[in-house]
Amino acid sequence: MSDYNFAYLDEQTKRMIRRAILKGLAIPGYQVPFASREMPMPYGWGTGGVQVSAAVLTPEDTFKVIDQGADDTTNAVSIRRFFEKTADVAVTEATGEASVIQTRHRIPEQDLREDQILVYQVPIPEPLRFLEPSEVETRKMHALEEYGLMHVKLYEDISQHGAIATSYAYPVKVEGRYVMDPSPIPKFDNPKLNMAGIQLFGAGREQRIYAVPPYTDVVSLDFEDYPFEASKADHACDLCGSTDSYLDELIVDDAGGRMFMCSDTDYCCSRRKAGHIGAQGVPYAEDAA
Amino acid sequence: MSPLLNVDGISKFYGHRIGCKDVSFDLYPGEVMGIVGESGSGKSTLLNCLAGHLAPDTGAVNFDTRTNGMCDTVTMSEPERRMLSRTDWAFVHQHARDGLRMNVSAGGNVGERLMAVGARHYGDIREQATDWLGRVEINADRVDDRPTAFSGGMQQRLQIARNLVTGPRLVFMDEPTGGLDVSVQARLLDLLRGLVREMNLSAIIVTHDLAVVRLLADRLMVMKDGHVVETGLTDQVLDDPQHGYTQLLVSSVLQV
Repeated sequence: MSDYNFAYLDEQTKRMIRRAILKGLAIPGYQVPFASREMPMPYGWGTGGVQVSAAVLTPEDTFKVIDQGADDTTNAVSIRRFFEKTADVAVTEATGEASVIQTRHRIPEQDLREDQILVYQVPIPEPLRFLEPSEVETRKMHALEEYGLMHVKLYEDISQHGAIATSYAYPVKVEGRYVMDPSPIPKFDNPKLNMAGIQLFGAGREQRIYAVPPYTDVVSLDFEDYPFEASKADHACDLCGSTDSYLDELIVDDAGGRMFMCSDTDYCCSRRKAGHIGAQGVPYAEDAA
Repeated sequence: MSPLLNVDGISKFYGHRIGCKDVSFDLYPGEVMGIVGESGSGKSTLLNCLAGHLAPDTGAVNFDTRTNGMCDTVTMSEPERRMLSRTDWAFVHQHARDGLRMNVSAGGNVGERLMAVGARHYGDIREQATDWLGRVEINADRVDDRPTAFSGGMQQRLQIARNLVTGPRLVFMDEPTGGLDVSVQARLLDLLRGLVREMNLSAIIVTHDLAVVRLLADRLMVMKDGHVVETGLTDQVLDDPQHGYTQLLVSSVLQV
């Protein structure tokens, strides 16, 4: 244990963040301003997510961090270590064993349960930002439910690309009211936003927290004649053979060789442990890197 | 016939300075009203007060809404007023750049108002957008081009299409022909006159160009220093000006 207060932030700050979280849960999809603190990491690395995690963690929690689905990238490892050190909580890579999961840009493949919390790192919480630069105006648009502009973006996609080309941070409408940016998750994950777990979104630099309570209706925006499609690479995972998980494409040599693999490393590993093998995979070995 | 718009004693002050003072008039369906005057005479202030962009200090702007009859748009709630301004009202800015989204294609610009009132069928939106581009004499193959690729006259016509697509009943125009060369002006005026007659639009046109009001406006209001100094039928005011300032204005026009 260290000399830090439990989970780094002082109790008053955690209290302030919890109030914002509760307000966010009470008004699903509404962006609650909060007094974001300086964290010992640069903006854009998950300062919002870390503050939300710090506010919800208890000593009994088991913590998991994923970055683009992976447990072993720099960002995920350092945030996990940060809370190991400052909160002394148990950590895990197994989705099913974690009670708090902080994520950047993915939702785990495995369905979450009611006793789990998913914390998102959000770079830009305002879905209307790139269409309407004025914060005063976007707040007014949210307040008056004027969301026609969001469809102008989708219209532009279709007129330029023949289909809705927005593939991540795909705008959703929460419980028939607020239009929300689900953070830059692939649109493949959008249907999973309708889940049993609690979803909390933290944007540190932009000082906003918002939330989706369990079993909340989350609908991806679309046109009647161009319905929403949760797309992924048309391939199976080369390591575990899964055909229904979201895939990363990896260039493996200079001759155009490539392989596809699950972006969710825990999901892929547990399938390989269970004996599934993909086209380029090898049987799972405990000591393999 | 009852008026579409009833303006009652509108005043707007900027501190001690007068923006416009005690303006009242009625506008009937299908009628085009011109407001002329020199720079700083309060024309634009008045127009912005009428269109809800500025809050007047005194007075009422009663509009004959489709659902509730005559309503004061100054005191109505903001959601209602904003709803009006994207359905029954239209506002054509002097600079097309103020009224267009420059980073959105022509089709998207025209479609925005449709989507704002709930259109969710891409094919229909695009069809209507293309139809409206045709009506303002923009080729259908320019539908996916951005307004930045358009000439000034085309941008102005695009702005008009974008405003008229939801079938408004009242159009506010702030110097719609400003900054365009004369031949383009002539075509734009011709187009506007056709659309106004065809759709039975009421319009309030602010301009300092007397030729524009001569062509478009049924009635004319002359403003000076925030006050209305003369009103009447356009031909009557222009051919037989009574007020000294109007006489000066009419005689200032260069004859070629």
